[in-house]
Amino acid sequence: MTAADGRRVLITGIGGELAGLLAHELEADDRVAYMAGVDVTEPRVPLSRTEFIRADLGNPLLSRVLDGTRVDTIVHLSLTATPRQAGGRTRMKEHNVLGSMQLLGAAQKTGSLRRLVMKSTTAVYGSTHADPALFREEAEPAGRLLEGYSKDALEGESYARALGRRRRDVGVTILRLANVVGPNVDTILSRYLSLMVVPTVLGYDPRLQLCHEVDAVEMLRRATLGGPPGVYNVAGPGIVYLSQAIRVLGKACVAVPLPLFSGAAGVVRRAGLVDFSPEQLSFLLFGCVGDIGRMRARFGYEPRYSTPGALADFAAARDVNPMYDADTVARAERAARDLLAGWRGALSLLRPRP
Amino acid sequence: MPSPHPARDDAGADVIDLDRARRRPPDPPPGEEPPRDRDLDAALAFLRRRLTGDYDVDVFGFDRDLTERVLLPLARPLYRSYWRVRAVGLEHVPDHGGALIVANHAGTLPFDALMTKVALFDEHPAHRHLRELAADLALRAPVVGPLLRKTGNTLAHHDDAVRLLESGELVGVWPEGYKGVGKPYGERYKLQRFGRGGFVTVALRAGVPIVPVAIIGSEEIYPMIGDARPLARLLGLPYFPLTPTFPWLGPLGLVPLPSRWTIEFGRAIDTAGYGSGAAEDPMTVFELTDRVRATVQQMLYRGLMGRRSIFR
Repeated sequence: MTAADGRRVLITGIGGELAGLLAHELEADDRVAYMAGVDVTEPRVPLSRTEFIRADLGNPLLSRVLDGTRVDTIVHLSLTATPRQAGGRTRMKEHNVLGSMQLLGAAQKTGSLRRLVMKSTTAVYGSTHADPALFREEAEPAGRLLEGYSKDALEGESYARALGRRRRDVGVTILRLANVVGPNVDTILSRYLSLMVVPTVLGYDPRLQLCHEVDAVEMLRRATLGGPPGVYNVAGPGIVYLSQAIRVLGKACVAVPLPLFSGAAGVVRRAGLVDFSPEQLSFLLFGCVGDIGRMRARFGYEPRYSTPGALADFAAARDVNPMYDADTVARAERAARDLLAGWRGALSLLRPRP
Repeated sequence: MPSPHPARDDAGADVIDLDRARRRPPDPPPGEEPPRDRDLDAALAFLRRRLTGDYDVDVFGFDRDLTERVLLPLARPLYRSYWRVRAVGLEHVPDHGGALIVANHAGTLPFDALMTKVALFDEHPAHRHLRELAADLALRAPVVGPLLRKTGNTLAHHDDAVRLLESGELVGVWPEGYKGVGKPYGERYKLQRFGRGGFVTVALRAGVPIVPVAIIGSEEIYPMIGDARPLARLLGLPYFPLTPTFPWLGPLGLVPLPSRWTIEFGRAIDTAGYGSGAAEDPMTVFELTDRVRATVQQMLYRGLMGRRSIFR
């Protein structure tokens, strides 16, 4: 591979929002000579020079595509978190785990490959009460405790690492993204926070860590084009409490007792509002926050949005159905102040004066 | 005889500085009381911030606004009027930078931690917030867990403790743990085992001083005369206290005894001198753990001898 050739990049899951935004950025970069995108659904972002390959990751065609296009970088973004989109949990697991396995198996045989970037999630750490406040990348993933998407992501990571061990000439970068929010992406958390009334678990208030889509795409772009390989938590600095986020968005919440919560979540899921799966319950109890020190120090990336900043941008850019806003509250504050000062004034007139 | 500086000479006379008198704002119109209104404004502004989520929390979940405006004001009457806490030796707590506060633990419910928090915020010249290391069981509890996090607690975990200390926070640890809070009345002020000395490792790693603290009065608030173990096991609790009033008197049994408290902060034990490798050396860790434990125990005995009665 010489500089004149430019980079040859293949993105899986090109139908997703983040993948589309990333492809859009990479298309504008003249260091990238060739771009391909694999998915069963078409990209939602209009792309000009990305070759769209309509295929499942399990398709035997894929290894021929990898060889034929002489890609040097694979950006693996096809893991899906929502069973409905994949057509049920079994299909989702097949797509996520077997898809990753087959893709990375084919990638191992692709001689031109030099770099693998994979999107994972901080959910691999799990959420329990007995965890430190911040997870470092070397923390033991929750393993057996995980279910659903986070378990798929952890298995996908293990295949990626295996590829890195077997092919020393391939640099493997795993980006564990916190919950992504932003004007364009639609995630479980963003849909949850957009509900008219947000159901929370009575007596619990998890800390949320958010990653703005701009930072997610920028980290993916930098990892695709360079940067030291490794595992990185990707998120904005700081946290917000779930209760705080709900208030910033000006929403009402209903606190549901824990034994009833699965039932309530089921109603929300069946109503087609949020594709809420049971493993997200522990997240709503204890949350999960990653340490972003390594991303800053080793990768040298300073996020543009903090967690509260990402939340504010999300609130401003998306129609989150607020019930009230800061101005209403400020007006109510002034009204209450005048009213109470008036009462106090009336009372002090009744008080005998010396 | 007119003097250019009359203030001293005319002791007793009501000297009015005319300039200042003229500059003073006019009397408020009847019916308005400015100082009280300031409280009202502050309270309403606090409510507005809570309603709009306009407050900062740190990564551990510490909510300074909530702590200073809700928790501490609620704890203050207990501190000042009920247990009439005397805080001694606050000069041993540094004004800034990390330090590890190590104290005895007792009393069935950890009021000792809360009172130490009030002492350090109200009476220390730098108004320091104490960041307590809490048991995972407490953090798991609904309502209590999030409240603990919001008021500055975090998990008693090596990573959390080192991170807090390295960012210059004052960290509080009660190494006796459950064995301490749930100790029977007969063993009051007898320190239990100090865990495995994890707190010493943490202080060594962060290179911060250890401040030994003896809390007197806290070990009498709920005289625990028995432990209903089967009940505790059933409820998943580390102990189920039986006191002369609890659970016999129902909620009334939860009222603690109004003992008189003294919180004594002892001379800080420097750890920076041990060097960076000391945290990996079990002998240094054991030795230092014993030293801290012995210091706190001595301070307790000395404090108890100087006390005339539990309640005075």
